[in-house]
Amino acid sequence: MKFSEQWLREWVSPQLDTQAIADQITMAGLEVDAVEPVAAAFTGVVVAEVVAKDAHPDADKLNVCLVNDGSGEPVQVVCGAPNVAVGQKVPFARVGGVLPGNFKIKKAKLRGVESRGMICSESELELVEDTSSGIFVLSEDAPTGEALRTYMALDDHTIEVDLTPNRGDCLSLKGLAREVGVLNQLDITGPEILPIAPGFDETFPVRVEAPELCPRYIGRLIRGVDVSAQTPLWMVERLRRSGIRSIDPIVDITNYVMLELGQPMHAFDRDNLNGEIIVRQAREGERLVLLDGQEVNLRPETLLIADRNGPLALAGVMGGENSGINPNTQTIFLESAFFTPLAVAGQARSYGLHTDASHRFERGVDPALTELAVERATQLLLDICGGEAGPVKGVSDVSALPAKREITFREARLHEALSKPLPREEVSGILTRLGMQISDLAEGWQVSVPSWRFDIAIEEDLIEEVARIHGYNNLPVRRPAARLALKPQGEARITQARLRHQMVARGYQEAVTYSFVAPDLQATLLPEAVSPQLANPISTDLSVMRASLFPGLVRALMHNLNRQQTRVRLFETGLVFNGPLDDLNQTPMLGAIVCGSRYPEGWSGDKQNADFYDLKGDLESLIALGGQPDTWRFEAAEHPSLHPGQCARVMHNEQTVGWMGRLHPEVRGKLGLKVDALLFEVRLDALSEGAIPAFEPLSRQPEVRRDLAFTVAEDVPVQALLDMARAYAGEHLRQVRLFDVYAGKGVADGHKSIALGLTWQHPSRTLNDDEINQLVDVIVTQAREQHSAELRS
Amino acid sequence: MDHLPTLVSQAHEAIKSAQSVAALEEIRVRYLGKKGELTALLKGLGKLTPEERPKAGEQINQAKQRLADDIDQRRHTLEQEALNARLAAERIDVTLPGRGQPGGGLHPVTRTLERIEGLFTRIGYDVAVGPEIEDDYHNFEALNIPAHHPARGMADTFYFDATRLLRTHTSPVQVRTMKNSEPPIRIVCPGRVYRSDSDLTHTPMFHQVEGLLVDEGVSFADLKGTIEDFLHAFFERDDLSVRFRPSYFPFTEPSAEVDIQCVMCSGQGCRVCSHSGWLEVMGCGMVHPEVFRHSGIDAERFTGFAFGMGAERLAMLRYGVNDLRLFFENDLRFLRQFA
Repeated sequence: MKFSEQWLREWVSPQLDTQAIADQITMAGLEVDAVEPVAAAFTGVVVAEVVAKDAHPDADKLNVCLVNDGSGEPVQVVCGAPNVAVGQKVPFARVGGVLPGNFKIKKAKLRGVESRGMICSESELELVEDTSSGIFVLSEDAPTGEALRTYMALDDHTIEVDLTPNRGDCLSLKGLAREVGVLNQLDITGPEILPIAPGFDETFPVRVEAPELCPRYIGRLIRGVDVSAQTPLWMVERLRRSGIRSIDPIVDITNYVMLELGQPMHAFDRDNLNGEIIVRQAREGERLVLLDGQEVNLRPETLLIADRNGPLALAGVMGGENSGINPNTQTIFLESAFFTPLAVAGQARSYGLHTDASHRFERGVDPALTELAVERATQLLLDICGGEAGPVKGVSDVSALPAKREITFREARLHEALSKPLPREEVSGILTRLGMQISDLAEGWQVSVPSWRFDIAIEEDLIEEVARIHGYNNLPVRRPAARLALKPQGEARITQARLRHQMVARGYQEAVTYSFVAPDLQATLLPEAVSPQLANPISTDLSVMRASLFPGLVRALMHNLNRQQTRVRLFETGLVFNGPLDDLNQTPMLGAIVCGSRYPEGWSGDKQNADFYDLKGDLESLIALGGQPDTWRFEAAEHPSLHPGQCARVMHNEQTVGWMGRLHPEVRGKLGLKVDALLFEVRLDALSEGAIPAFEPLSRQPEVRRDLAFTVAEDVPVQALLDMARAYAGEHLRQVRLFDVYAGKGVADGHKSIALGLTWQHPSRTLNDDEINQLVDVIVTQAREQHSAELRS
Repeated sequence: MDHLPTLVSQAHEAIKSAQSVAALEEIRVRYLGKKGELTALLKGLGKLTPEERPKAGEQINQAKQRLADDIDQRRHTLEQEALNARLAAERIDVTLPGRGQPGGGLHPVTRTLERIEGLFTRIGYDVAVGPEIEDDYHNFEALNIPAHHPARGMADTFYFDATRLLRTHTSPVQVRTMKNSEPPIRIVCPGRVYRSDSDLTHTPMFHQVEGLLVDEGVSFADLKGTIEDFLHAFFERDDLSVRFRPSYFPFTEPSAEVDIQCVMCSGQGCRVCSHSGWLEVMGCGMVHPEVFRHSGIDAERFTGFAFGMGAERLAMLRYGVNDLRLFFENDLRFLRQFA
């Protein structure tokens, strides 16, 4: 809502400068977005009359004019505007004047003819933003010689407030003035609005078929209006200062009343109405051409203004093209109605519209305004366009109007809520100036809410009103008191923060990527993924929910590779979305991507690229935080994004909880990725499961260690031998170490050598060779039987 | 006996010029060993007269002692030199960088979230999280935003179908917490939120931290105190001016926007604060009774406050980041600045 400060001051004028008013209403909850002068700085511009006009002797497009600027002698000025004519009143910049942009007016010669001043256009005065051609022609009654700034009242500011949706009541000068009045404890004075006595009896029939959506619809006929009349400058200017362009006097007047009082109105050409006005919901298949020329297919719940021929207007949103005022209009039907917020809410948006009317009706227009607005508009119409008004007639269903709201406002509750007792008189004063009717109760007040405050229904709303007007910043500050109750905290649980910090310690930077990704990228990485798709994405690149952290990480990698960052280590935590909407899993994961050298480029030699085992080491370091590495497994498996020979399914307690591996070369090719990358992602809930340490007494007995080197076929996983060794090494086995893996010279083709170091220790006695030898024999036998493993000698 | 002085001076020369512990040992054997030359002189004492013997013996023993001392001293010197030589040879350039994996860093948003969580958990708040794909009920209805409410236009929502959507704030977590627990409730809810807006100052995804405190006798003054303390602690500036402006959120009543004195220009007015000297940093208010009703909490007995802030906005102000979009590009050159 934009408005002129001068206009506001006609209603209420506190002893505050412009900025102070802006600050005051901002701090009352009507946030001022901008305060701007209504006209740029200029001086020396007066109203002048063109008294003579002759063609320039040496230029086709120039005229030599004489203007009377009120100073006595007519002034000669050369003017290039095509529309200049004798008798016009024009803004004239005298020599010595300064136009916007610090443009100084000097005596000049144009093609040999002296010019002393300048006749100005609207754009030269920066009254309009577009470059208007032609001089600005003022009204005939403009007083010659008067400063233009005075004549047009340009020493004014536009104040723009960004109103919250609950404050529909402030979408008018009247509403804003009311607020300013409350804040400054001043009374407000609006224009005097008197009922216009009808000059004839004719009315136009109105039938409301949907009273619950339109409880009140009134109108009147006005005959003999001159639609070609000129909208007065003061009205054009006030509209302009509220950001509304002047169209024609009828539209201007309805807009003016909307700005002044808050009631959107509409004017129909009586001669284009057939039979009666019918307020009803649309029927299947109906269509309407709107004022802006757009044709819409109406949906059945849409409230319409119709006549016997069909739809005329979208109620409370926009009029139709065929029923509006046109240059031949003789008789107007002036509409003023109360459409309930529910009747209009969402309608405009559903047709891709947003109008000043819908904006107000959605938020609530004071139902008590309907008649007042008709009288005000009639008054202005008769003043400006002439004509004669008929009686005000319409339909009103009082039972469908918003119910009167009565609230019991407890003084104690107010004090508790604000931690401050406010004087009773202050509270009553605030409520009364806000338009509430109050009566004293022992416990506080009985408050009757005014019809324009759709946002006040309960006691808390009144608390806010009192707090707001009293000033939030004048209210006390304290700290909440609470009992110091300890809360349980699972020691076994590894927090997300701890896992993140571990990744950071392992040299990773944390990434945050969008939770929605490009469908083609996701399909390339996870062809079988099913995840929800946005109905209204911001772009196709961000339209499907990620089923994995891989797409985002891969994209982040590519972003960095494109910026000469060749060594990338990134991780991310966040939800991934799997399944159809009705059977959706939103699973927190931790994922990482690695590319490039193991260590940053340096002096100490290791120039190798990171490989599977580097990444696995990082993941194992996360697993180690939980202290239960034995509950985790890595199994060779296949994943569509990953190299089939370098891919592991990550298992925790026999459940698949993640994947890791090298990016599949084919996938890399599709992505246009020239370098290798390694990835993992694991469920955070699995990583969060830790154990509380359980002490075991330290043995004083000596350890016994035996090293066993086996030759096995290449495809036997080391894990199998480790499992086997643990299974048969007896209860006193303390540790199995894998200390060598070797293939090559000395080992048969297709085979590898695996060296295990087994350590035993008994808690209370020395283990003897015999018992150890027996265990070793079993292990060797089992290795041979289960895995065809031969002991190397 | 007459050549004792010669012998001693020869031995002295030899000791002085010995260049290794081994050479020194040879000298010791040659002069002081069982068959050494001085030992031989002692053995020759018998040839002297009894009167001469004690004096000559003493002279020889003194010479032996002196030579032994000299040898020890020389050995010590040689050992010291050898150690010094070894140490010199082992000298390294300590200015070379250390070996191994250098550390990484947290994303600035996480850093900010952890900091905010830390400030609140220290005074007894719990951290609560929830799903990001939400339903209409938890994101809107239960927060007193019925269908067609004008406030729905305030948050441009990403929808999946008629009722399912990406949460536009972390408030659904508050709703779920209130439903599942009894007051007193003190939580902060950090997390990703989504709004269909993308330009210089908006990204379709960002992070919020919301807070909720519900107990008996909670007042607007408690809210003001909590917010002021938080902002002072977050920016580590006790003199930071904070102001509360009436505003509107369907789920709080009274509601307020919180402004701080611009941290870039200390309130003098700059580009960041649009020359107003103030920065809007969060929204807050007293929990609306309708929200309590949806959550099964007795609004007559309990009151509470809620607040919400954008993590990116706070991170930008705290670290001076001038472009919101950088947070989601994951450019290492950006991320490394927050290690």
